[in-house]
Amino acid sequence: MSETTTGTPQLNRGFAQMFKGGVIMDVVTPEQARIAEAAGATAVMALERVPADIRRDGGVARMSDPKMIKEIIAAVTIPVMAKVRIGHVVEAQILQALGVDFIDESEVLTPADDQFHILKTDFRVPFVCGAKNLGEALRRVGEGASMIRTKGEAGTGNVVEAVRHARTVLGEIRAIQSRPTEELMTVARDLQAPYELVKYVHEHGRLPVVNFAAGGVATPADAALMMVLGLDGVFVGSGIFKSDNPERRAQAIVKAVTHYQNPDVLAEISEDLGAPMTGINIDELIPAERLASRGW
Amino acid sequence: MAGKAAPVVGVLALQGAFREHRQRLESLGAAGREVRLPADVDGLAGLVLPGGESTTMTRLLDSFDLWEPIAALHARGGALWGTCAGAILLAADVLGAPPQDGGHQRSFGVLDVTVQRNAFGRQVDSFTTPLDVRGLDAPFEAVFIRAPTFVRVGSDVDVLADYAGHAVLVRQGRVLASAFHPELTGDARLHRAFLEMLVPELTR
Repeated sequence: MSETTTGTPQLNRGFAQMFKGGVIMDVVTPEQARIAEAAGATAVMALERVPADIRRDGGVARMSDPKMIKEIIAAVTIPVMAKVRIGHVVEAQILQALGVDFIDESEVLTPADDQFHILKTDFRVPFVCGAKNLGEALRRVGEGASMIRTKGEAGTGNVVEAVRHARTVLGEIRAIQSRPTEELMTVARDLQAPYELVKYVHEHGRLPVVNFAAGGVATPADAALMMVLGLDGVFVGSGIFKSDNPERRAQAIVKAVTHYQNPDVLAEISEDLGAPMTGINIDELIPAERLASRGW
Repeated sequence: MAGKAAPVVGVLALQGAFREHRQRLESLGAAGREVRLPADVDGLAGLVLPGGESTTMTRLLDSFDLWEPIAALHARGGALWGTCAGAILLAADVLGAPPQDGGHQRSFGVLDVTVQRNAFGRQVDSFTTPLDVRGLDAPFEAVFIRAPTFVRVGSDVDVLADYAGHAVLVRQGRVLASAFHPELTGDARLHRAFLEMLVPELTR
């Protein structure tokens, strides 16, 4: 058994593959975690406040209370994720010690470091990070992220920014594929991305890790749209627990991600879900309120 | 008659690593088909149930009435292969189901084993190891991710590999189950073995 190995990129990226075609739901209580599991979530994200409340309350948003995370771990059998502030190495160490299955180094929390992200290769637990464009995505993968997600504009119920980030990343991947090999070093310079990863994208036409949608997903149609654009799965936060009927909406979003190519099924499951979260017009946000601009 | 037609093998595509299985099967000459609705099961010679989250797949099997058509596929001679979460779906008994469901998890029950979910712990305990598999001449690099084990194995079930005292690869007739993820490695030997389990009459 001496050849048994743990904590490798293969294991962590492979684990992220298992979430594909699935929905990861933000939860703030064990009861919500049970609702998410019953609705068919592939994982839950344990946090103290959903993004809409973080946005409303202001102040410094930090890693959740370990007690709450432990209660959520005990409440469900699906994997449990939790968020740390950008650059907060110690919060990440604490979550790893708690046995959290995945860490989200998240711009939704207040950044702890305004220049540097966590060196994720220092950890056995896998990380997911947000990205608005390909350079940002490849820098995070270079630091050891096992999964990338769009940033969107969390807590707004408005999917426009997630769509923008998905189109940007996927469009930049297609652009790299069309470049001759000898131009890739300059591409890497312009993207501010590791050269080896730019070469990987050129060769394979995709990121070396799974790429999920997040930020502003509020309806089954929103979730299906992100899959149609070419993403691997969906994170849902405030969109569920700020709506009239979280159970039904959560179930519908899970079904929408599986059947995103089937408008007949989407029509059926989108019916009579009650009111979605109200939503925020992103154009009215002042720059300081925009979460997606966090990350460097 | 038309013996050259490739067998059509389904991959349950509700959620999880279904694309990897499909690509591997197609690289070996099978025709792959993603299964999301009952009509997708028609005409299959076999079905792979991939890794992912078994609770999620269970909910979606319920929602889209897939239990009966897949059980019928097995009953009429189709081969089934479950990997990780998929193996849990095939087992007769499931331990470690969500507490909210009273510890019960619905399954096909076509494999006479008791499966223990997350038998090795959480993600930080996931591991890879070279595994000795009966019938293969060199070890198989097995990727165990929050993996289950078969803690009870019925007398009609062949254990093809074990790890740390528990069965991790088993076969009962036309049902194969692995606790690990062959689709995450470049090794196609188990996919080939599964294709060899397909019944000729069902492969057209």
